[in-house]
Amino acid sequence: MDPRTSVIGKRLEKVKRIIAVSGGKGGVGKSVISSLLALALSESGKKVGLLDLDLSSPSDHIILGVKNLYPEEEYGIIPPEFQGIRFMSITLFAKDEPTPLRGGDVSNAIRELLCITRWEDLDFLIIDMPPGIGDELFEAIELLKRCEFILVTIPSRVAFETVKKLALILREIKSPIIGVIENMKRGENDFIPKECERLNLDYLGSVRFDEKLEDSIGDSEKIKESKVFEDILRISRFLMEGQRDLSRCT
Amino acid sequence: MHEWALAEAVVESVLEAIKKEGFTSVKEVDISLGELQDIELEIFEFALKKLMKKEDIFRHTKINLRVEKTLFRCRACGNEWGLRETKDIDKDIREAIHFLPELSHSFIRCPKCGSPDFEVVKGRGVSIDSIRGEIDGSED
Repeated sequence: MDPRTSVIGKRLEKVKRIIAVSGGKGGVGKSVISSLLALALSESGKKVGLLDLDLSSPSDHIILGVKNLYPEEEYGIIPPEFQGIRFMSITLFAKDEPTPLRGGDVSNAIRELLCITRWEDLDFLIIDMPPGIGDELFEAIELLKRCEFILVTIPSRVAFETVKKLALILREIKSPIIGVIENMKRGENDFIPKECERLNLDYLGSVRFDEKLEDSIGDSEKIKESKVFEDILRISRFLMEGQRDLSRCT
Repeated sequence: MHEWALAEAVVESVLEAIKKEGFTSVKEVDISLGELQDIELEIFEFALKKLMKKEDIFRHTKINLRVEKTLFRCRACGNEWGLRETKDIDKDIREAIHFLPELSHSFIRCPKCGSPDFEVVKGRGVSIDSIRGEIDGSED
């Protein structure tokens, strides 16, 4: 009998909202959205946690410039704090080593992380989900009962096709979907908002493509000056106040 | 003190199981600890006893702890080996694997063919092997 799952609810009882940032497709910017969303909510005075569940290619620590952070042991693991954000990632233990894990190992690692991590009082726990509609997604749904989803896409039929499938699955298993963020938006194109409307998905807003973002990676202060952060900050208000950002709907 | 978190998981899990079975007291709990996770037995047992003290149902519970040797099996060449046959496991690596046994895939390779694609057949982490209890005086 695996004892770990019995205690996960208790580990998260002080967390008000658990939000998984998913999208199915790789390369649409889930990690940037997750990291900057955590940063934006924290900037707005909220207590925030960020859990990078992308076990094979974690990147939130690279985006935010998290360095030399070590988890503290106290009746479990206390996620270390970075810029006001409680942060947990496999990199805190694996450092820069690759983590070649098969499905069963992924599930085991997620259960272990959720079992030993003691999240304190948080308004939001943002979870950066890996690509795919597989083990990590179903572990999150099974173990994090209150998990709500934000789906990330780019203005592309190819990417949205996967978002659509993910939305169908989440609806089928009755997991709440907060809405869709359209990332890397360039020019005027209403394909994603229209598709969201057609599928009865809330369009949370768009995040402009910013070619200078790469220069800000690893420097959270520089990131805060980017167009991308400005847009995510606007979207984060929807999460805090329940007001949808429609300013960039075309 | 990460052992406390695992002990807490065991207690919660036993409480959940006995609720389902309708036990009124728990006589014995058999727990195996995978060699790979390298749990400090004394701390773990101390934590278990302390946590169980809070529940009357555990008043006469005997805890049996067993360390299970780790067995790895390479998916590439089929080789099987134990933890003692792995090399270059320093203190930092041991600690990383202690927190997350799956990190063995980051640091351990098949001693025969060098592959990172292996399975931990047994001896990974904490598991509850059996719970014996009573339902209003009658043993089950």
